[in-house]
Amino acid sequence: MEIIILLVVLGGLILFVVGTYNSLVTLRNRVKNAWSQIDVQLKRRYDLIPNLVETVKDYMEYEQETLQRVIEARNSAIEAQGPAEQGQAEDALSGALRQLFALVENYPDLKANENVLSLQEELTSTENKISFARQHYNDMVMTFNTRIQQFPANIVAGMFDFPEQEFFEIEGGEREVPKVDLR
Amino acid sequence: MDASIPEKTLGSFYAHIDGNKRKSLLLVVLFVAGVGALGWLIGEVWMGQGIGFLGIFGVVAVIWSLAAYFAGDRMVLAVSGARQIRKADDPELWNVIEELCLAGGLPMPRVYVIEDTAPNAFATGRDPEHGVVAITSGLRQKLDRDELAGVMAHELSHIRFYDIRLQTLIGVLVGLTALVSDMFLRSMWWGGGRRRSSSRSSGSGGGAGAVLLVVAILAAIVAPLFARLLQLSISRKREYLADAGAVQLTRYPDGLARALEKISGDREVLEVANRATQHLYIVNPIKSFEKRAKGLFSTHPPVEERIGRLRSM
Repeated sequence: MEIIILLVVLGGLILFVVGTYNSLVTLRNRVKNAWSQIDVQLKRRYDLIPNLVETVKDYMEYEQETLQRVIEARNSAIEAQGPAEQGQAEDALSGALRQLFALVENYPDLKANENVLSLQEELTSTENKISFARQHYNDMVMTFNTRIQQFPANIVAGMFDFPEQEFFEIEGGEREVPKVDLR
Repeated sequence: MDASIPEKTLGSFYAHIDGNKRKSLLLVVLFVAGVGALGWLIGEVWMGQGIGFLGIFGVVAVIWSLAAYFAGDRMVLAVSGARQIRKADDPELWNVIEELCLAGGLPMPRVYVIEDTAPNAFATGRDPEHGVVAITSGLRQKLDRDELAGVMAHELSHIRFYDIRLQTLIGVLVGLTALVSDMFLRSMWWGGGRRRSSSRSSGSGGGAGAVLLVVAILAAIVAPLFARLLQLSISRKREYLADAGAVQLTRYPDGLARALEKISGDREVLEVANRATQHLYIVNPIKSFEKRAKGLFSTHPPVEERIGRLRSM
């Protein structure tokens, strides 16, 4: 009789450990997925920028300097190594883009141009998406970290390899990719 | 995370979300328990008479709710005269929704536009994989990007918190309650005397049986009304929850607050809405109901309350 109780308890414990382990795996994979989403959005931005510069180049003969700066900032961002360097390069790129958009305001033909408008919308949206992707990543990190810190999952987390994940933080400079709203 | 945002702001929409989910669960448990108790009570008194009919109605209810569950979104869209759009039709709207889906780790819903100048929006769909959001052309034109994001985030939150599924379930419970109570009362009215004498012979002891009968009749009269009130209470709670969920996605309560102000300021009536679909909209589209919003009979909480809570987040 005692054997049966023991087996039931043991069975329950094993189920608990397996269940918790699996859910920790799921949560950690969400963190990884969220991280790679940020890269997806960053790449979108890198790809959109040459398009934008091409479109406005002919109209903005006198603004070659600004256009140059945007291209250079973009190339630096692509080549940047490591999160710190990347973060700084991307901030510089955001700054250059904002300058460019501010200049576009002075060119009424350009402002009304359909291609420019749709590119502006795409770039605005991409800036927002980078921001939201980072926000989502941090949310997933928070969910995961909370789970492995709380009882009883912390026991299972300790038994296997589930280190705490790091939040995404920008070093120095601005603290956030600005949400660009050009209306 | 940005250290300049005070702890209160960072924390408070979580508090709203958690508190709300708990209250909703409590209400649903109460509801199910209540329906169960009513069913038992009626069963006791009915003594097996008409259980066959109950079974048939039960099957009908299950089939009906399954149909609503799977095809409900298409029915609602057909009734509302909505037109599906793609990214090219409205890149800004599409992008706004895409951004929010990214923030919430959600798949992109189907997006519809309703040609009507009255400002409103709704969401449907049993889970995020089958999500649908719709917005009127009137509202689409009125809102700026941040306000649009707030409204869409509210609708997406209804989907990701499974509100549609919850409200379908509740709807079935309310319908069942009304049906069972109605059948029971009718059977009492038409054949009560005879039934009682035959059931007394199967041993339900004179006095106690009569008391139980009276209690059952009272319960049957009150139950449908009570169920409806409970349903409306749950509906209002979930609206607040969707507001908090919207803030969780956008981290910008002001967007939704401004949008609600704009919507409530408009007196125009949304022609395609009716009593069956009113609860799906972001603000009650039936203006006379909106005026009575402080009461127990509204599907939505009063707009001023909602704006107040948002501004405090």
